[in-house]
Amino acid sequence: MNTRSGILAGQEGSVRSSSLKNRKGPCPNPASLSGSRDKVIQVKELKKYFTSGLFRKTLVRAVDGVSFEIGKGETLGLVGESGSGKSTVGRCILQLIQPTSGEIFFNGANLSKVNNGMSALRKNMQIIFQDTAGALNPRMKLYDLLLEPLTVHGLVNGNGTDRVAELMERVNLPLNLMERYPHELSGGQRQRIGIARAISLNPEFIVADEAAASLDLLIQAQMLNLLKNIQSAQGISYLFISHNLNIIRRIADRVAVMYLGRFVEVGKTEEIFNNPVHPYTQALLSAVLSIDPLAPQKNRLRGEIPNPLQSPAGCRFHPRCPQAESICSQVLPPPKKINDDHWAWCHK
Amino acid sequence: MNLLEILNLDISFPGRAGRVQASYGANLEIKQGEVLCLVGESGCGKTILALSIMGLLPQNARINGKILFNGQNLFSLQKKEMRKIRGREIAMIFEQPASCLNPVLGVGEQIAEAIRIHENCSRKVSRKRAVDMMGLVGIPSPHRRYCQYPHEFSGGMAQRVMIAMALVFRPLLLIADEPTTALDVTIQAQILDLLESLITQFNTALLLITHDLCVAARMGNRVAVMYAGGIVEKGQLNDVFKAPGHPYTQALVKAASNEGLVSIPESTELSLLNSGCWFHLRCPLAQEICTQKMPKMQGGVCCHLC
Repeated sequence: MNTRSGILAGQEGSVRSSSLKNRKGPCPNPASLSGSRDKVIQVKELKKYFTSGLFRKTLVRAVDGVSFEIGKGETLGLVGESGSGKSTVGRCILQLIQPTSGEIFFNGANLSKVNNGMSALRKNMQIIFQDTAGALNPRMKLYDLLLEPLTVHGLVNGNGTDRVAELMERVNLPLNLMERYPHELSGGQRQRIGIARAISLNPEFIVADEAAASLDLLIQAQMLNLLKNIQSAQGISYLFISHNLNIIRRIADRVAVMYLGRFVEVGKTEEIFNNPVHPYTQALLSAVLSIDPLAPQKNRLRGEIPNPLQSPAGCRFHPRCPQAESICSQVLPPPKKINDDHWAWCHK
Repeated sequence: MNLLEILNLDISFPGRAGRVQASYGANLEIKQGEVLCLVGESGCGKTILALSIMGLLPQNARINGKILFNGQNLFSLQKKEMRKIRGREIAMIFEQPASCLNPVLGVGEQIAEAIRIHENCSRKVSRKRAVDMMGLVGIPSPHRRYCQYPHEFSGGMAQRVMIAMALVFRPLLLIADEPTTALDVTIQAQILDLLESLITQFNTALLLITHDLCVAARMGNRVAVMYAGGIVEKGQLNDVFKAPGHPYTQALVKAASNEGLVSIPESTELSLLNSGCWFHLRCPLAQEICTQKMPKMQGGVCCHLC
């Protein structure tokens, strides 16, 4: 890894499985791009299983077969609640966690076959973490934190003050903060450091893992503005992971909704928000609160998210689904095309 | 008569460069059965205000002003008298339920313990009341889950346990400090529904502290907007959100609605605010008078220009 900071959770070792051999032919990839836009990221049947328990016999299917593509300059929003596997997807793409199976391509290069070349590729693939305090080394000043990625990749020799100042201006950080430590900065300022570190290497692809979650409303708005401006200026592609649907609506071009390790619905942002088809997406959207005090209350989804150690058989959502039928508890639903660029995984 | 009245409350703490004012002359009122939402960004002093009502401020806090609860000044009470009120007549729930529960005791036992502290009853009676309360807040199979530990509960269920503990004595006032911030969106909806139904049933007043205006819009009758220790606007929630008077409230409402992204400068450290309106360093409408004199609350808005 090129960065000291940003230690991740979930490093429980992977279980090699032979699921690839047992697959019956290629599956349709509903999350693939229509048109001929350059594909920066292609993910095919990604799976990540963790082992748990005293003898490591229990399997947690954190990600259980997802496929999607992200084009140049595009933002794909990945939405889901706790335990949906969305953070695991982001980290598998960046090879911060080793996938159990599946293929990930970055600009056409198969990442599972790149061994020693991964270090060089990391210049082009970066991440912004949620925990602004935990992601930064508390013993490094802001200047050192911003210089670190450049030094590691050999992009600066000796005095990097000019480069650091330029980065700070790009993310609207006042220059007098250069000598401060992370604990002396606000959450919004720390998140800007995270963004500055990510863009300092001019990457083509950034995973924003709940990047705006721990921020106040106005700072959140500034952060999203900043990310959009950077994307327009540099043509960066984002995988924006969030459980906050309001944020996703503002920043994502396309949205994929995840539940317990699988996609349930995928499509263009406005299409998903205006015409959600899957019962889970409908429930999520009906739970989103509005600033309008007179907005009507909608039907609530009952129950809690199941324990990932005991995923339901068939459609993962069927125990909580108001429209479940007997087939839903037995067979995994295949993808159904609703219209161009809108797919749902539902028997109905 | 107001159930709770905060009158000219000043709270300050010692800081590196002099005292840091966490509350400047706060004035708030809550009636019986009413829901007042206290809205503001991190660090504006909402939690400090709540802790001052509960009598849980740190020792080094310097306090001026009064908090009247049912006509009685809470600051003039002895510790013994305040203990009778805290948890029984005024209760509080917090953001992270898992860190509020004792990890080595069953959750039901913790609710029963709270009952026995305030009432002289047997373990059997307190257990029955705890189980009944767990059922009332929607915990399935409360008899079986009584003995389970906090780590066996999800975030939403743990928050239900906290609500059970807080409402077991049907308090007159419940203070909820960011109760759903740490929860998923569907669970947040369930918890807010639960809170609404219980406080209506018990006629409990609710002081809901949140940075999420949408949560406030869902729950509140009235709202008070706080910034850097001062209350900048207050009034009926419908009116304030439809036509906000203070520039800070206007920026918050615009950011919370889907009208596009508003940009105002970064927040400033509290210790740099020497004089004038708390918001003048970030306000797009600031004039000379704003840097010199603190504005007074007029018509629910604390601003020289409104």
